[in-house]
Parts: sequence; C-alpha cells; structure tokens
Amino acid sequence: MAVSDLYSEIILEHYREPHNVGELECPEVFAKGYNESCGDDIKIYARIKNGQVEEIKFKGNGCAISQSSASMMTDLMYGKTIDEAKEFIKRFTKNITGEEDFPSDSDEWFELSALKGVINFPVRVKCASLSWHTLLQGIREFENKNEQKQ
Amino acid sequence: MFDPIKIREDFPILKRLIKNNSLVYLDSAATTHKPRQVIEAIENYYRHHNANVHRGAYTLSEEATSLYEAARSKTARFINSEMTESIIFTRNATEGINLVANSWGRTNLKEGDEVLLTQMEHHSNLIPWQLITKEKGAKLKFIPLIPDGKLDLANIHRLINEKTKFVSLVHISNSLGTINPVEDIIQLAHSFNIPVLLDASQSVPHRRVDVQSLDCDFMVFSGHKMLGPTGIGVLYGKYNLLDNMPPFLGGGEMINEVQLEWSDFRNLPWKYEAGTPNIAGAIGLGVAIDYLDNIGLENIQQHDRELVSYAIKVLSNLDGIEIYGPKDTRGSLVAFNMKGIHPHDVSTILDEYGIALRAGHHCTQPIMRWLDVAATVRASFYLYNTQSDIDILTKGLHKVKEIFKNGS
Repeated sequence: MAVSDLYSEIILEHYREPHNVGELECPEVFAKGYNESCGDDIKIYARIKNGQVEEIKFKGNGCAISQSSASMMTDLMYGKTIDEAKEFIKRFTKNITGEEDFPSDSDEWFELSALKGVINFPVRVKCASLSWHTLLQGIREFENKNEQKQ
Repeated sequence: MFDPIKIREDFPILKRLIKNNSLVYLDSAATTHKPRQVIEAIENYYRHHNANVHRGAYTLSEEATSLYEAARSKTARFINSEMTESIIFTRNATEGINLVANSWGRTNLKEGDEVLLTQMEHHSNLIPWQLITKEKGAKLKFIPLIPDGKLDLANIHRLINEKTKFVSLVHISNSLGTINPVEDIIQLAHSFNIPVLLDASQSVPHRRVDVQSLDCDFMVFSGHKMLGPTGIGVLYGKYNLLDNMPPFLGGGEMINEVQLEWSDFRNLPWKYEAGTPNIAGAIGLGVAIDYLDNIGLENIQQHDRELVSYAIKVLSNLDGIEIYGPKDTRGSLVAFNMKGIHPHDVSTILDEYGIALRAGHHCTQPIMRWLDVAATVRASFYLYNTQSDIDILTKGLHKVKEIFKNGS
C-alpha cells in the first residue's frame, strides 16, 4: 500500500476542517490525552444527558491522522449511550490495530474506514487512537464518580 | 582528500534499502551510523579480549584494561584535556549532567542559590537541575532567546550575580542549530568564580572542541552521536573540581578499602565509575575518535557547513516552508515546518521514499513553546551525507505537498 492511500480525501477534509472543535463548560465527561512520542495533545469534552452523549467537542494539536480521527469520532458519538460509546471505542481499537476487520457494510463505519491504511504504519496507530483512548478514559472517570455518589 | 562517497563505503547500513529506496539518513543529530571499523572493533574485543577490567592478573584482563584505558587517553587527547584522569566514562551526556547535578549540586547548593541555564536546553540539561534545585530550595534562571534563536545576552549581567552558583548550557542547540558564544559566557561566569558545564553533544562530533582554550569546568557528550556505539558517553571535569566532589554512584571498581561501616574511594577517574563499565563501548568510542581524526574534524566542519548552506538555500526556495533558528552560522541541522502540514505526516510520507528524519519536539519542549509550534521537522547532516541527499529530500517535500493538496 502506498503512503498516498493513507492520506485519502476523507482524512484530509476532516484535517482541514475538523468537526466539533471547541470546549464545553462544566462537561460531565472530560479528559486530556497526550502522545509522548510526538508531543500531540487533545482535550475531549462531552455533555451527558439521560445517559446519552448530548454534545461532544475536542480541542488539540496534532497530525492529519489524529485530528481527522477525533473529528470523525466525535461526529459518530452523538446520541450514543455510555455503553454504546464504550463498545464503539473497543471495536475501533480492535480495527485500528488490525485485530478485526473494519465492517464494510455499515454506514457508520464508512468514513472511519478511511483510517484503515494506518494499520500498515504501526507508529501512527497511536495517532489514530489518541482521541478514542482519551474519551474512554473520560468515560471511566465519569462512571467512577457516579458510582461513588450512589 | 575529503570524499563523502568514499566515506559512505565504510558505513554498511547506508547500503540498506528502505521500502525499495536507498536510505537517505538525515537524523545524525539523534544518533549517527557506525563505520565498519567501529563495528569490527567491538566484535574483535568480544571475540579476543573479553574480560573484566581492573581486576584479575591474567592476560585477558590486562588486555581489556589496557584497551579500555587507551580509549580514555584518546578521548582526553581528542578534546585536549590536560589530564587523562579528567575523563569519566558515563552512559551518555545525560548521565554526565546527572552526575554533576547530584555530586556537585548536592554538596554546594543551598536555599536561595541560583543555577543559570538557557531557554534552549535539551531536557537532559534541564530536568537534572529541576530535581536538584527543588531538593535544595535553590532557583533556576534562564538566559532568554531573541527571535532568530540566539541567546539574548543583553541582561546577562543581571542574570549572573552573587546568587548564581552554577551555569550549565548547551554549546550547539540540537533543535535550532544555534552556536552559542560559550567562551564569553564562561569568562563572565569565571569572573564571579562560577563553574560552567557545557553540553557539547552536538559540537564535539562536528568541530574541534578544546576544553583548555574554552576553559569550561565540565563538559559532556555522547559516543553514539560521533560514530561510536550507544551506551558510552563522556564527562570531562577539571581535576580539582572532580576530586573534591563526592561519588555519584557507589559500588565495585570505585573503592579502595571497604569496611562494613565505611569505605574509601579510588582516585580519579575510577571514583566515578562504579560497577563494570561499558568496556566494549569505550573501545568502540576510541576507534570512532581515530576515524574522525583520520578524516579530520576541520574537513567535517567544512563539509557540514556546505551541506547546511545548501539545504537552507533549497528549502528557502520552496513555498510554505518556515525555517527556524539563526540564518547565518549554525550547527549541521535545519529545523522547519511546512505550512498546514503536521511534522509527523511529513515524516511518514518521506519515509516512503527512504528518507529518515526526525519529527517531534526533539526533547526541547520549551523551545517548541517558544516557537509556538507543537513540533518541527529536523534534517541533520554528517560526514556521510551528500548534496544528493538534500535533493532527494526536496523531491520528497514536493511529494508531501502534492499528497496534502490532492489527497488520494
């Protein structure tokens, strides 16, 4: 596979004009992620209402892979329940590390499949997963806080 | 005559193909490749002379000891150290700085004292001082930078004062390429009786560095950035300073008499070399020094200078490239960014064409903050690089632009 396939139109579009960039005040879910190998950072904010992701934003600095991945991920998180979000992250992690194949018959996964090429560039898997891992960390902290309250 | 094409023949790795392209290695500021002479010397040591040093009265141990100590003498000559005892073998430059920060700092720093660094230090010359000044209640001060990446010495007289107890700074910046006027700073510090440590990791491999004419009190560098193996580095220190500091690491090799309650330490340099040292590493470094001496550091410096000027010229001609650091003289590296393209993407695409260069913060996060960028791309050169490497880089950068303009 050629390196140009890594940088598909979909990825570059999301990189040039990423969706859901911004911050939220007092979000239920918040986490900071850092890629120590390149210095990229990301902050993820999500508002949870009735157990569902009502709004989600991210802010960060990074390469085309990490920014487009965060942009697509946030798009797809709207309306998901906490469990659905966790399951989705788990699935993505398996796909991006090559453990499972990206689903080919699902609308939801259509854009995300543009990240498929990353599997062939092991160093860049971290870039693609940064936002997903960060969101998962935020969700776990949110769940822990809720458990303590109960 | 200096001939990089002939020199390349000595470096087996340069024959490697990366993704079906010849390797274009532009990351010597991170680590250099090793000539076969160094590789063979290490193999030869393990095949024929392997034994522990400074113990045992048998032939092999005597041979290993004399090879190890010969490497120390070569190193002393290479940087014109007055005494061989001033050369301490460490793992790398980082360990040398940690040794001084701990041994010198723990004995001499107290609350309210100041240690002066610069804003362009590699993390290795920052974190050890953060740790020791925090422990001692001392303060860190920094010489700031002016826009082109040189030190701002306008207020140096306010920064170096009676509170200053130590100055530690980089000779040539690994991130900007700036060559610092270390002679002036050392002179000024000495007028206040302040010792100065020089991080010479990017200068010793590329130019003649003479510790006596610089008059620095300590100097550190790494073997692997000057054709030697990894895991061997050098701390140079003035005899009196080293002699009066307590040991850094304790253990075998660094002691004379050992009682259960106390021990007494060996003389320099062994006082600072606890445990079995990196014998093969030191021998490899010695052979690397022979190799560099044979080519001539003056020739290497001249070659570096030509490559850097050429690189700056061709990169400046490309649209949307911002070059960081001084525009006039600089070490043998160029850091830059391509407008709207993250350094990691640049590096991934260049790798496809066999071009190896560094994208990231180069262990200098404060400089990245100062430049207001997350990271940079850095191309660095050495004796085995040629103008053709830079031409291939230029072609690669065109390719990067193309991919980012059109997508696939």
